[in-house]
Amino acid sequence: MSFAFGPRTVAVVGAAETTELGTIPNQSVIGLHADAALNAIADAGLTTADIDGVATAGTSATDVAFYLGITPKWVDGTSVGGCSFMLHVRHAAAAIAAGHANTILITHAESGRSRVGAGRGGGNPTSFGGQFENPYGAGGPPTRFTIPWLRYAKTYGVDIEKLANVSVVQREWAGLNPRAKFGDPITLDDVMDSTMIATPFTKLMCCLVTDGGGALILTSADRAKDFPQPPAYVLGTGESVETPMISQMADFTSSAAFRVAGAQAFAEAGITTDDVDHLMIYDAFAHLPIFGLEDLGFVERGAGPDFIWDRNTAIGGSLPMNTNGGGLSYMHSGMYGMYALQESVRQIRGTAAAQVEGVDVSVAHGVGGMFGASGTIIFGR
Amino acid sequence: MSSQQTDERPPRPLPQATPETQAFWDGTTRGELIIQRCDACAHAYFPPRPFCPECGGRSVSDEVASGRATLYSYVINQRPHASFDGPVAVAVVELAEGPRMMTNIIDTPQTEEALVLDMELDVVFEKQTDDISLPLFRPATTNEVAS
Repeated sequence: MSFAFGPRTVAVVGAAETTELGTIPNQSVIGLHADAALNAIADAGLTTADIDGVATAGTSATDVAFYLGITPKWVDGTSVGGCSFMLHVRHAAAAIAAGHANTILITHAESGRSRVGAGRGGGNPTSFGGQFENPYGAGGPPTRFTIPWLRYAKTYGVDIEKLANVSVVQREWAGLNPRAKFGDPITLDDVMDSTMIATPFTKLMCCLVTDGGGALILTSADRAKDFPQPPAYVLGTGESVETPMISQMADFTSSAAFRVAGAQAFAEAGITTDDVDHLMIYDAFAHLPIFGLEDLGFVERGAGPDFIWDRNTAIGGSLPMNTNGGGLSYMHSGMYGMYALQESVRQIRGTAAAQVEGVDVSVAHGVGGMFGASGTIIFGR
Repeated sequence: MSSQQTDERPPRPLPQATPETQAFWDGTTRGELIIQRCDACAHAYFPPRPFCPECGGRSVSDEVASGRATLYSYVINQRPHASFDGPVAVAVVELAEGPRMMTNIIDTPQTEEALVLDMELDVVFEKQTDDISLPLFRPATTNEVAS
């Protein structure tokens, strides 16, 4: 396989989250976009005048560019759910390599909890979901995203404790992160005895709902050393989509979009899973890190639950994963992918709250919709 | 017919057919579960579309499915839409012909004990309006085991 541009062609030179995370009733969605963008631009030592490309999801890229006073020459409004920002990084890397833009801003923000300036979701009764899922009591993500689990559990003989354990291990990481929404330790019983949401998923197996945002600045690698922060080079990228309906996911034990995006990213980077020092897998629900570990090839199919149970991804483990506490404990505004990217960049820079020793390669893997889409970004120092 | 819905509760979020799906919803209104099969490669599929998602061929035929299925996976939504009488299993079933679809499992408790993966099911149609009947499933009443 050959690629139009190689690893280390493009780098993240600015990265920041909104000044606050959690409950932010005094800022609207577009206000949070701007706060994150201005923080990232400042982190890169730039001004808005230096930005010539804009990408975002959820909110119109036109809105974001207009609000910030930027007239870009490259725009990406790819919106495939929570991993859209991984796809933006991929598209931005290609655009910079092609000369379409020099300095690209990617923003994310949501008022997930406070709903300030947020749209109101409405079911379109002619949509795929409107016709073939919504009539049957499928509501929000907790009652859709979770449906494959029982099939996975039967296929591989996995007890519910192994699912609950994902939340326990991630809470341990969150305990090291002062910005995490929840940092107090929890036990398997705490997880299994919390409010039942969508049997067998309890509340502590489901992500948070919070307000916040984040932004990234990408530019070409030959400029990357001129910025105040150590660059996080883009080594490899991948993307895919599978289905807008969880009921039509081809294999309830494995995500086709994960497999395609992951394999592409590793091929582009020219590395294997053995080369990875740190891993972020978008955890909207507790089963997602299991699917991600398997579909990206870190472990064999069916081996994810025991891999986490044996503390390989925990503090001190061989493959530290979701070190910010994840969507389960850190924050989850709705489209969490941006926060996975932010933590990967921090780990590469050496500035994470729960900093892992010697991270040369970090993988940020995202999901969009309900196993509907996927994006994988591999960063290197 | 199921008694899941009563006059006091609002209706379920109901589907609205498009030209490509009208035949499916006309079928459920008649009491038939329509799937589609490719004339070229024989792939059976759902949801409906006027071409084969396997090979791209435009020559496809409607087919009345047997109505037999097995329980593939589910969650029990503890806080469902107000149209439901309490916790409801949001289920995915695998039709005998191969395609899977989301549905509900009626005439059985909405519990993990009662809802066992791979249990045999039969389709039943629940009228919502003159134009829309939903395909639901209930535990198979015959002892015929798919072989």
